[in-house]
Amino acid sequence: MIELSFAPSARFVRRLSLGAVVSAGLVMTAMTPAEAAKTTLTLGMSVEPTGLDPTIAAPVAIGQVTWQNVFEGLVTIDQAGKIQPQLAKNWKVSADGLTYTFKLQAGVKFHNGEAFDAASAKFSLDRARGADSVNPQKRFFASIASIDTPDAETLVLHLSAPTGSLIYWLGWPASVMVAPKTAADDKTTPVGTGPFKFASWAKGDKVELEKNADYWDKDAAAKLDKVTFRFIADPQAQAAALKSGDLDAFPEFAAPELMTSFDGDARVVTSIGNTELKVVAGMNNAKKPFDDKRVRQALMMAIDRKTVIDGAWSGLGTPIGSHYTPNDPGYQDMTGVLPYDVEKAKALLAEAGYPNGFSFTIKSPQMAYAPRSAEVMQAMFAEIGVTMTIEPTEFPAKWVQDIMKDRNFDMTIVAHAEPLDIDIYGRDPYYFNYKNPAFNALMQKVQETADPAAQSAIYGEAQKILAEDVPALYLFVMPKLGVWDKKLKGLWENEPIPSNVLSGVSWKE
Amino acid sequence: MIALLARRLSGLLVTLLIVSLLIFAVMDLLPGDPASIMLGTSASPETLAALHHDLGLDQPLILRYGQWLAGVVSGNLGQSYTYGVPVAGLIVERLAVTLPLALMAVVLSVMIAVPLGVLAASRRGGIFDIIATLFSQISIAVPAFWVALLLIILFSTMLGLMPAGGFPGWSAGVLPALQALVMPAVALAMPQAGVLTRVARSAVLDTMHEDFARTAVAKGLSRSAVLWRHIVPNALIPILTMIGLQFTFLIAGAVLVENVFNLPGLGRLALQALSQRDIIVMQDVVLFFAALVIVMNFIVDLSYLAIDPRMRKAA
Repeated sequence: MIELSFAPSARFVRRLSLGAVVSAGLVMTAMTPAEAAKTTLTLGMSVEPTGLDPTIAAPVAIGQVTWQNVFEGLVTIDQAGKIQPQLAKNWKVSADGLTYTFKLQAGVKFHNGEAFDAASAKFSLDRARGADSVNPQKRFFASIASIDTPDAETLVLHLSAPTGSLIYWLGWPASVMVAPKTAADDKTTPVGTGPFKFASWAKGDKVELEKNADYWDKDAAAKLDKVTFRFIADPQAQAAALKSGDLDAFPEFAAPELMTSFDGDARVVTSIGNTELKVVAGMNNAKKPFDDKRVRQALMMAIDRKTVIDGAWSGLGTPIGSHYTPNDPGYQDMTGVLPYDVEKAKALLAEAGYPNGFSFTIKSPQMAYAPRSAEVMQAMFAEIGVTMTIEPTEFPAKWVQDIMKDRNFDMTIVAHAEPLDIDIYGRDPYYFNYKNPAFNALMQKVQETADPAAQSAIYGEAQKILAEDVPALYLFVMPKLGVWDKKLKGLWENEPIPSNVLSGVSWKE
Repeated sequence: MIALLARRLSGLLVTLLIVSLLIFAVMDLLPGDPASIMLGTSASPETLAALHHDLGLDQPLILRYGQWLAGVVSGNLGQSYTYGVPVAGLIVERLAVTLPLALMAVVLSVMIAVPLGVLAASRRGGIFDIIATLFSQISIAVPAFWVALLLIILFSTMLGLMPAGGFPGWSAGVLPALQALVMPAVALAMPQAGVLTRVARSAVLDTMHEDFARTAVAKGLSRSAVLWRHIVPNALIPILTMIGLQFTFLIAGAVLVENVFNLPGLGRLALQALSQRDIIVMQDVVLFFAALVIVMNFIVDLSYLAIDPRMRKAA
């Protein structure tokens, strides 16, 4: 009886399980094509942008959401850091370098239906350079004296002085083209010509973009239908969101010490690329004892950059000897100019009149790299008898006030994010209080030539001056720590300009 | 009774006015200028001046205070410098996360702490007492963000049962939204439950030695009847006070947990506004927190009257 009653049920169970396996298999085969066609992307960023208009505020997070996705420029900067035509098909520069004539793409429409033409290009540039402009890079447009629009597809810029960097600057987030009718609302509802349209912004959480079906450039059209930028500040939370599959990608992961935690995770790949973020310890060159070049050189020689990188950024980063990154045109390795040499550093200090060292304070912002670097430097300076006190300084508010505005500091440490910003040492006023006519002359020469090779040579000389003069201690270039799904293709590994360019991104099996 | 309410209400308004003045003064003393933060390190002095004018920061202090106050009274909280949207909307959006989170945490904390505290007190030195003491010591000592991390590691990363963070929004449905709040609420509730257990235990112990408790026992009432009908209701006042305090604390103090779980709550709004010197958002949020504390205290006071007839007579 018992056996009889069991037999059919066992058979039933077997059949049932067979059926389950078969149907599961069917479901899976049915699902595979659906999965391959995944067309959405959820991407993580550490910092939420403040507003979405890169032409009225500086934070890099704004461009990292909107640049090349929502907004485009007359020209763009590609993965290799090279200038490429975009809304301008081509351009001509007059022999004296004072007239730029752009031929614009025809048939381009903004997301609101307005046409992009010479008139809206003129509007965008006038808005950026006008008297009421709050463009963070207004200086880019300072040499534009007037703008002509002989026809809808031609834009002519008349300059007051040759500006060799103008084309490069026109590729920046701050120089994008905006729609005249809606420009005032770009802060909350950005309207551009890009491959993605703005969809929604849940403040504090995410920004959503959707594919622009009417995009003008068929070759660069979006492959994804929907992109969600999620903002996660805490590095542990970033790692958890990636591991649990809540996020598909984190192109700029914030914690190098957690990178190895993805090692055994078959779903994701990690990538270590370059950025433009130069971590430098700037000194107040107008203040004793930093007004003495020998003192600055001694401090530089007291630092073993490799150890700083190990201590501050888990060994991930590239040492630099000047304010320049391997991404930049004409890069030269300057780390050998003032190499780590404790004895020589001590001798230089003695020569400068500080045989027993001195004491000073470093104002260190709270971003992880800064206090960690400062602590390593503190120990190294102690080796040459220099006592450095670390004063935590809230970034950006207090830091901008103390360092940029009041110049009330001895030394500070910060990652400079702007690409190709070696000219900050020629700016007056700027926080280093560095004044070197020879350097300024080089910066002027860069603007007087539009020839890339000549510019590279001048940048080489400028790097040499900084490497020897060390107005700031040059430490390292931050790596771009990318973590993303193995099937995701097309994200930039390097970052020649802060961005998340998504038009070439897609899912592959 | 009505006179008491009127007195309390006018006191409440005066307090809020003083608080608003203090907030404004403190914000003005904070180092850092919102315009230079927005424009970054390359901005020229003229651009800065243009933005100052746009934001109304070039007006005299007293005028700005007056405008802010007039706005708040008429229900216009102003516009965020950095987000460029009305602050009132921002606060409401964030409250839709923080308020349910705080409520869940309070309910959880009460559900754990009150029975545990009462049982611990009624069997002093017994097994419940030991459990309660251990529980409250551990949960007070362990920081909420650490509990949060442990929960994420266990339930999200290892088991894959829960979202690791983020908030789908109430529009995605009540269930997904609640699911996103469960772990943060547990993390938030733990230390609160520890404190509340202690308060409940000592309140019940104190009440046990009151004359009416002894009388009730002498009358021959059962142990549990004495406990639940006579002692617990009389011990409710300190417990309620603590719950009221905790609720305001949870709303204002959820910053760390909101950060770990990446929840777009009010705490994170305040933190972000502070770092960006979005002064108008800061002023409004801090004023809101202050108003919340004041109003909560007012409600707790009123609830005393509801619970304890002696207080009604005194009033």
